[in-house]
Amino acid sequence: MNEKTKGKVISIISNLVLVKIEGPVFQNEICYICLGSERLMAEVIKVIGETAYVQVFESTRGLKPGTVVEFDGHMLEVKLGPGLLSKNFDGLQNDLDKMDGVFLKRGCYTNALEDDKKWAFTPLAKVGDEVEAGDWLGNVKENWLDHKIMVPFKFEGRYSVESIVPEGEYTILDTIAVLRDAKGVSHNVTMVQHWPVKVAVRAYKDKPRPYRQLETGIRVIDTMNPILEGGTGFIPGPFGTGKTVLQHSLAKYAEADVIIMAACGERANEVVEIFSEFPHLVDPRTGRSLYERTTIIANTSNMPVAAREASVYTAMTIGEYYRAMGLKVFLLADSTSRWAQALREMSNRLEELPGQDAFPMDLSAVIAGFYARAGIVKLNNGKTGSITFIGTVSPAGGNLKEPVTESTKKAARCFYALSQNRADSKRYPAIDSLESYSKYLEYPEFVEFSKKNIREGWVDLVNEARNMLVRGKEMQEQINILGDDSVPIDYHIVLWKSELIDFTILQQDAFDKIDASTSMERQRYMLEKIIDVTRADFNFGSYEDVAPFFKNLINVFRQMNYSEFKSEQFFGFEKEALELVSQVTEDKK
Amino acid sequence: MNKVYTKISQITKATCSLKATGVGFDELAFIGGRLAQVVKIWGDEVTLQVFSGTEGIPTNAEVTFLGKAPTLKVGDELCGRFFDAFGKPIDGGPEIDGEEREIGGPSVNPVRRKQPSELIATGIAGIDLNNTLVSGQKIPFFADPDQPYNQVMANVAMKAKTDRIILGGMGLTNDDYLYFKNLFENAGILDHIVSFVNTTERPPVERLLVPDMALTAAEYFAVDKNEKVLVLLTDMTLYADALSIVSNRMDQIPSKDSMPGSLYSDLAKIYEKAVQFPNGGSITIIAVTTLSGGDITHAIPDNTGYITEGQLFLRKDTEVGKVIVDPFRSLSRLKQLVIGKKTREDHPQVMNAAIRLYADAANARTKQENGFDLTDYDRRVLSFAKDYSNDLLAIDVDLKTDEMLDKAWTLFAKYFSPSEVAIKKAISDKFWKGSKD
Repeated sequence: MNEKTKGKVISIISNLVLVKIEGPVFQNEICYICLGSERLMAEVIKVIGETAYVQVFESTRGLKPGTVVEFDGHMLEVKLGPGLLSKNFDGLQNDLDKMDGVFLKRGCYTNALEDDKKWAFTPLAKVGDEVEAGDWLGNVKENWLDHKIMVPFKFEGRYSVESIVPEGEYTILDTIAVLRDAKGVSHNVTMVQHWPVKVAVRAYKDKPRPYRQLETGIRVIDTMNPILEGGTGFIPGPFGTGKTVLQHSLAKYAEADVIIMAACGERANEVVEIFSEFPHLVDPRTGRSLYERTTIIANTSNMPVAAREASVYTAMTIGEYYRAMGLKVFLLADSTSRWAQALREMSNRLEELPGQDAFPMDLSAVIAGFYARAGIVKLNNGKTGSITFIGTVSPAGGNLKEPVTESTKKAARCFYALSQNRADSKRYPAIDSLESYSKYLEYPEFVEFSKKNIREGWVDLVNEARNMLVRGKEMQEQINILGDDSVPIDYHIVLWKSELIDFTILQQDAFDKIDASTSMERQRYMLEKIIDVTRADFNFGSYEDVAPFFKNLINVFRQMNYSEFKSEQFFGFEKEALELVSQVTEDKK
Repeated sequence: MNKVYTKISQITKATCSLKATGVGFDELAFIGGRLAQVVKIWGDEVTLQVFSGTEGIPTNAEVTFLGKAPTLKVGDELCGRFFDAFGKPIDGGPEIDGEEREIGGPSVNPVRRKQPSELIATGIAGIDLNNTLVSGQKIPFFADPDQPYNQVMANVAMKAKTDRIILGGMGLTNDDYLYFKNLFENAGILDHIVSFVNTTERPPVERLLVPDMALTAAEYFAVDKNEKVLVLLTDMTLYADALSIVSNRMDQIPSKDSMPGSLYSDLAKIYEKAVQFPNGGSITIIAVTTLSGGDITHAIPDNTGYITEGQLFLRKDTEVGKVIVDPFRSLSRLKQLVIGKKTREDHPQVMNAAIRLYADAANARTKQENGFDLTDYDRRVLSFAKDYSNDLLAIDVDLKTDEMLDKAWTLFAKYFSPSEVAIKKAISDKFWKGSKD
């Protein structure tokens, strides 16, 4: 790139600005509007003749026609290198902690990484090695994670390593390797690289179907509707159904190496909760602070709308960067509805013909394209890396037929429906396991995986539990219509068997130390025990005996959930529960 | 310097357009003496939103641009005064002489926010006991238009222990405006209060300025003076209606319920001004969103619910003949940060137990209505619910939080055994009133 294109502002409607261009520009090119001493970042979203339509990532207050605009020659990019973890970024990857003052200043952009920090580098590649984009050149320790320094994703074709620095301390700007391309031209490589956020990183060999389970520690997900490593899921829920608590639980207990949370257009106080709690949370697997492997992208609802749209892409790109290191990345976006609304605001200003509810026509395609960037990949060196993505959706009016929910349903493979009824009756997590689904349960890859890693016939067992829940619901309806005493006693028994599954498997106490997260081994153990109970023939004298018995039984099983797995106490409660069961099943014999 | 334009090319009900140069976005202008704001610049054509409406504006009206966005003069002199949507006194007093600040200023950097942790007591048990407010919180009353929401809010404002109260009244009837004025005067707390009022007699578009005016004043007291500020905004539904009027005039495509597609961002910008600053100052927002027929799926309450930290529902309890804060549909998302920590240890348990028993009463009532027989327990929960509603949920209750808890324990003991109330034994043993059988 030589001369940068310039332009002048001609029209302004809120954050949509029209610029008369004096040279070539390209779609999605970044430009800066030079308003006095402030430089406002903007992105080209449409070009007609000599007019570029740009969306400004800041407030345009006071902007006048005639203001000079400088085009930057690249798309919206993020900076990738060691030091991304434990950071709080805004949607454009500005480090929020480096900003001065209490209020955000317009046109204030900060460095995402530290230029002068030294990292202990260990080379992995040797002189003469043939490499391509995404291949590992060396390793640095970022907190406790092995952070790979890679051939920049932008490098096309094959290169040979001309030189590489020895083990030692380097900054991200030091040249750590020189690569020679096929034409014999040498390129210096540092620890930092740039990548345009809206373009998917494809520096991997292939992208197989997901096959390994990603444990989240949440039973209603792992047991009933499992998500796989590299899988996608979404959580729609009306406000007040515990979406945020669930997200936080996922972030805390999911079995991932790197966690990226994109707070997209949500409440600032919720982000503050993450900021203030995560540094104190101990990562159950490493014993270190959870914050060490977390990156937060915070674009709260009062921050500029266009940057909100960028924030989810920024998060995904950082995820793709860590995936290329062979790590398991878990990406959470709360909420993708706000992102879709940002698209709507802009489409509206562009006076595009609207689709349903005034959302842009290509909403489905945009959402599908984004979800498609998740996945498990096989790297060039044969190792695997993955991005598991769960997005939340805030359906307008709690109506799941609205465009964002519908479009997401087409794109995501798991659906975790939060139910207002369950939330109202304090059955948390309020995921309605019957409404919800995981398409992975039908994947032969998962059936195979569960056979090997969980137990033979696991999927059948899960389906049996699901059937019991469906039947319980049917019985409940019958009882409601006909009254307690006009239905056969079996109706009550079936209903309470399903309640037993509900209370002991589906419900989980996110605030209890032990119950908050359940290992897969323990989930198997409990499901087997509970299914055994539901298979038994019960014998009650009157329907009035059914509820008290099961309430009591549920209480004992719940105490089991609250006890350390396989502790004396745990087995004590188990024994007590089984004795209770045998009292009402033996009578019959 | 200020060039005068006299050729208006287009006039609609809320906007005027003319050819002008050197005009900045969001800038203010006078059109024939009326205040207007730049909402669109299209080449050399500038579109102005005229706050007081365009009735009677001639095509040759004089237009002058002020070169600045709307501002408010801030200072301690604001206290005890009433202003209109433009920050002009409407109480007959003198103009304010203070530092001029642009309204609708920048957002707080999320990493500089502090987690809210200070309880705001109101004396109303439906709030303090079940839906405790915390400084830095934003919470609306969801109420039907026939409910006394302004009175309840005024009540909360008077009892809440805060340093400063800012009232932002949008589309207040003149009667309600005078009600607030008299109430504050009679209570002798006028010097704690700053009011920005747009009455129904004023054009609706004006009210778009009210929240930003009120919050600019709030930021002055919270940031410059480290005060705990409570902002009251009533009625946000009328504010949103004004937004839809303007977006309609600007030919924008409406989204759900004829509201502009940017409704969420527009409301969030206001509510997110609620914050706990690191220096000790805070802004707490209590708003009113009127519902139509209790419908919370309408775009205004729905978007509000996603932005605010809970909501307070008012409902008339016909059994006791009082307006109560509905314990089922109300929620304060931040209460966990204070209950049992800043209040007595039994608070969370008592709150949950009472609501659970109240829910049992609702079930018993359904049973009764359907003609099923009631059990002894059913009858007891029904009596409990009546007392609970009358003595605690009703909005005319004025108690300290400890007294509310004691009252709840008294009701528990009157109707139930400890096992029926099912509160953790250690706590029940300590607080149970009377016999334990």
